[in-house]
Amino acid sequence: MSQTAESAVDEVFAQIERWQHDRRRVALATVIDTWGSSPRPVGSHLAVADTGGFVGSVSGGCVEGAVVEAALQVIADGEPRELEFGVSDEQAWGVGLACGGRIAIYVERVE
Amino acid sequence: MKTATLRALASARAARQPVVVVTRLRDGAQSLVQAGHPQGDLELVEPVLAEVRERGLHDRSGRLQTDPGLFMRCYTPARRLILVGAVHIAQALAPAAVMAGFDVTIVDPRTAFATVERFPDTRLAHDWPDVALAKLAPDAQTAVVALSHDPKLDDPALIAALASPAFYVGALGSRRTHAARLERFAARGITGTERLRAPVGLDLGGRSAGEIAIAIIAEIIQTRYRPIERIPHPHHPTPGASA
Repeated sequence: MSQTAESAVDEVFAQIERWQHDRRRVALATVIDTWGSSPRPVGSHLAVADTGGFVGSVSGGCVEGAVVEAALQVIADGEPRELEFGVSDEQAWGVGLACGGRIAIYVERVE
Repeated sequence: MKTATLRALASARAARQPVVVVTRLRDGAQSLVQAGHPQGDLELVEPVLAEVRERGLHDRSGRLQTDPGLFMRCYTPARRLILVGAVHIAQALAPAAVMAGFDVTIVDPRTAFATVERFPDTRLAHDWPDVALAKLAPDAQTAVVALSHDPKLDDPALIAALASPAFYVGALGSRRTHAARLERFAARGITGTERLRAPVGLDLGGRSAGEIAIAIIAEIIQTRYRPIERIPHPHHPTPGASA
């Protein structure tokens, strides 16, 4: 894994700390499995605040919206969730450009 | 994740300590594994712990084979590259290394060479190399390359690097230069010179600064992912023994 990914980790952790300082509730999403070509490696993080704000990346943009939505539920009920996405199902950039992989994402509350 | 786990993780990263977080996906119970020792509300037993330790050494995050209900995330310190000599090649090598994900520091006490104009966005250390290397304390995630062609700068840096756990130590210079260096080191009783990569870099045949920089960073990447002893290397038939 590149330092680019690892320095992104430090930014995510630092933002979580700032949110907690501001008494925001936070969830952490992590890529736990990838199949085929996927835009972000296993271990990539996205942190979500109860305001809906987020930092980091789990897919390069394809599924962040759905992950943020799930994260808000996790913040509300405290139950961790596993999400799975076929990246090619997301139609945002048209069939020809979709990368065709699948990713599994774990979402947990920071408490 | 517990806030305490997150804080422990952040301070381990600040101290450049590798750590692993193991999560039981069903309920979110976690263990923070540092120096092979698990801590937290998730108890890890063999053979799971052996897999976690082994994969932690190789930065392999993912579901565990010994228990697919567990996920491990390796947090490995950023790899560093220390360049000795703020020379022309360094101007090409520093950005190439950044592109490959390295955190780069250039050591050169000659302030006319190590300037912000020549090295924008790069950390510069103006100490003598032995002092700089003592401060930077190369670890197993660090590569050190001597580029200055000046034994007054290169030798103390290389001697410090060879005595450290740095995963890669290389020196620019011809075979003749290197043979002379090995004689100086032998006369001083310096050991470990067999792991010194010189002439530095993969033998790509390039001549320009950019081409040489890419050959060097390519060899560093190769060494990072494949232990040196397993790489058949026509360019380094017997590393360090060319004298």
